[in-house]
Amino acid sequence: MSTAAAHIEEDHGHHHKETFVTKYVFSQDHKMISKQYLITGLFMGIIGIAMSLLFRLQLAWPEQPFGVFEVLLGKWAPDGVMDPNVYLALVTIHGTIMVFFVLTAGLSGTFSNLLIPLQIGARDMASGLLNMISFWLFFLSSVIMVISLFVEAGPAAAGWTIYPPLSALPQAQPGSGTGMTLWLVSMAIFIASSLLGSLNYIVTVINLRTKGMSMTRLPLTIWAFFVTAIIGVVSFPVLLSAALLLIMDRSFGTSFFLSDIFIQGEVLHYQGGSPVLYEHLFWFLGHPEVYIVLLPALGITSEIIATNARKPIFGYRAMVASILAIAFLSTIVWGHHMFISGMNPFLGSVFTFTTLLIAIPSAVKAFNYITTLWKGNLQLNPAMLFSIGLVSTFITGGLTGIILGDSTLDINVHDTYFVVAHFHLVMGISALYGLFAGVYHWFPKMFGRMMNKNLGYVHFWVTAVCAYGVFFPMHFIGMAGLPRRYYTNTAFPYFDDLANINVLITVFALVAGAAQLVFLYNFIHSMFYGKEAVQNPWRSNTLEWTAPVEHFHGNWEGEIPHVHRWAYDYSKPGHDEDFVPQHIPLKKGEEELQH
Amino acid sequence: MNVLLIFSVLILIAIAIWQVTKIFELSQGKKVYTQVADDDDNNWNGKLMFGFLFFIYGITIFSFVMYGDVLLPKAASEHGSEYDNLMWISFAIIFFVQTITQALLHYFSYKYRGEKGKKALFYADNDRLEAIWTIIPVIVLAGLILYGLYTWTDIMTVEENDEALVVELYAQQFNWKARYAGDDGVLGDANVRFLQDFEGRNLVGIDATDPNGFDDVVVQELHLPVGREIIFKMRSQDVLHSAYMPFFRAQMNCVPGMITEFAFTPNITTEEMRQDSDIVAKVKKINKLRADKSKELIAEGDVALDPYEFDFLLLCNKICGASHYNMQIKIIVETPEEYAKWMAEQQTFAEVIQ
Repeated sequence: MSTAAAHIEEDHGHHHKETFVTKYVFSQDHKMISKQYLITGLFMGIIGIAMSLLFRLQLAWPEQPFGVFEVLLGKWAPDGVMDPNVYLALVTIHGTIMVFFVLTAGLSGTFSNLLIPLQIGARDMASGLLNMISFWLFFLSSVIMVISLFVEAGPAAAGWTIYPPLSALPQAQPGSGTGMTLWLVSMAIFIASSLLGSLNYIVTVINLRTKGMSMTRLPLTIWAFFVTAIIGVVSFPVLLSAALLLIMDRSFGTSFFLSDIFIQGEVLHYQGGSPVLYEHLFWFLGHPEVYIVLLPALGITSEIIATNARKPIFGYRAMVASILAIAFLSTIVWGHHMFISGMNPFLGSVFTFTTLLIAIPSAVKAFNYITTLWKGNLQLNPAMLFSIGLVSTFITGGLTGIILGDSTLDINVHDTYFVVAHFHLVMGISALYGLFAGVYHWFPKMFGRMMNKNLGYVHFWVTAVCAYGVFFPMHFIGMAGLPRRYYTNTAFPYFDDLANINVLITVFALVAGAAQLVFLYNFIHSMFYGKEAVQNPWRSNTLEWTAPVEHFHGNWEGEIPHVHRWAYDYSKPGHDEDFVPQHIPLKKGEEELQH
Repeated sequence: MNVLLIFSVLILIAIAIWQVTKIFELSQGKKVYTQVADDDDNNWNGKLMFGFLFFIYGITIFSFVMYGDVLLPKAASEHGSEYDNLMWISFAIIFFVQTITQALLHYFSYKYRGEKGKKALFYADNDRLEAIWTIIPVIVLAGLILYGLYTWTDIMTVEENDEALVVELYAQQFNWKARYAGDDGVLGDANVRFLQDFEGRNLVGIDATDPNGFDDVVVQELHLPVGREIIFKMRSQDVLHSAYMPFFRAQMNCVPGMITEFAFTPNITTEEMRQDSDIVAKVKKINKLRADKSKELIAEGDVALDPYEFDFLLLCNKICGASHYNMQIKIIVETPEEYAKWMAEQQTFAEVIQ
């Protein structure tokens, strides 16, 4: 332990001796917890992406034997031909893992933990203990989800939305047995983890800001994490209630979501429930979840674009306002997933209205990013490339939302590959880009070393080309009328001419998968052998770069820096350098920007 | 064996990457290597950014040229043309915005790529600009919302009337059935509890005590008279299904425990559709693909594929289990005379249970 760290501990009088276990395993230090989140998230990401490659192989060359299926799927791929139930299980677990484990916990968990204390000038989260518990609950839920892959009848296979009755009845499909039980248990624990984390973030941002850090001086990253945490606290409990009611239906014979069912030659006793009720409960989280995934990525992008453009983020107030507007609207649009669920068509028109409104703050964000680039002095670091890439996919994917959010147009593209293309671009790829941008940008802060930029460039350009290569042609498959979650489209000869597109998509997907190996190699190699980082490698304004490279509990030696200005004084006239960190007092006569 | 091969290729790739970066680093000579972008990096990445704009445009054009013919043909229902209009208007707006915003984003990334000694413009706010690009989307979206809601109400308002034909669409793992209301125009009550009555001959669970059900006709092929409004009543006996009829721009979920509705008027018969030039070209293309595939199959000692003939589709579009991808029923849109002739040949429920 450095003398500086020892100094801090004396200062604050708490003497926890750091053993291996308290430092690396049951750590209460937000920086270590952030690394734990990141590494667990990346591990889950490898599983999630690998699964997508497996089902892409099946889609491009349906029912063809592949040795890799036989090795990885064993008896579920007799003679190397994938079983339809396994196909459904793969898409289900791919969705679950990517949405919750990678893009919620891996993205928001990692960067909220790393940046909230460091950027607002706090020594740690409000409660280190809750923070630690939050991570270990997440870890436990990840373990249970992985275990569910190995149960006899296979993991959950009802789609990541697990609509009952399919998910409620073990007779309906093999995946609705033990696999589904484990899925529900894992998700219930995940939600507990997410709630503990979110409450901690909210309390920390409200209470522990350093002197001078008013809400209007908060970096946009913190605004994004803060608002994300609020959305999580509002909507995750509703998913928990849906999961608990589903567990009741499955195990205790209640009829919340089930009614009038005849299956496997037997009339079941359920009476009076409604699957539509489940859909409402699920999407009350499910839609805000999109923004729980996306807002942190947008916050990260705002920070990285401003820093690397050497320009203030354009329209700070509008950016904050649009985060708040998106957050508010996100809780009243869930019904656009249910236009054709059988709910009253009048509700459909209400949800169309609220849904299309969300395009307005989104458009403002996109325009403000573009204007931030205008007349900048762009430092095209890998993090910057991924941030620009995010804006690009956010626009491309977001625009098709105008079609899907319109109840009329949704009728014919609902649940087709058009939807798959839309949400992968707008939230999947965009949020992944946010994750990558964050990792490249804050790697020096996390590990004290730099990632290799040239590998970063290879990673970005291959991924960027492949992301469009995979998801752009996919719109056409959807517009041709092909439903998603089809094991193969060969059952309908009408779709025979889609085979070429599917092959093209799969080739792009495989190359994209290989490009992620470059990232993994860079990540692991740089962790141990990367060039040692200087304190503020990107010449950034935010407070985390005033903390020493070396980590210790408490973040700063001596006093926490005070804040005198907003985070975006880049290239401000009257200063020699093109950045003025937040802790530098205003010069005599210098005006703080009215924002 | 394959796996071994894949793994060894991956390992070789990893080694290659490592070597290339090493060489690259060595070739940088004495230059201080900070892993922060320098002028060279800004320069070539900026140019690639501009190039990427043309990649995006390129893949858009490529997809339209190569895959334009997989898009659904003209709608085969009356409300379908309204749907298609709204779709193309929305697409026009999307393409316009996409072309411009991507151009600005990528051009700025190229144009303002960093250079040592250059200073960015300190430009933090412009209320007027922001007001403009808030108001423009508001106006455009208001138009789209109004137009959308107008069509939505039009399509989704199902009014029972004497002219309309009431058809029940019945979903189960993994097939479809249809029930026609018969001469009285009223579907008899039904519930899954009655499915086991009459040794399984009661295919959709009609309540045998309800007289309205006696003349109901249950079939496994969907015949629709052209030019007449069809009111579909959807049911499911087990899990969620969704009745998706892309050519008619129609879709509605089938929910166990409740009856959902969707109505449309088919305005072109299967025969007419088969003569449509788009469909003729499409069928030709598919049959060529199938013939090629058949040659391969025969060479391997398998059976050749049947040639394809166009039919309207009803697809299950809500994940429902292992054979979700293969829930089939034939839809035939025909003249009212053909329909009447076919209907006359069907057995009523009363006849089936005798």
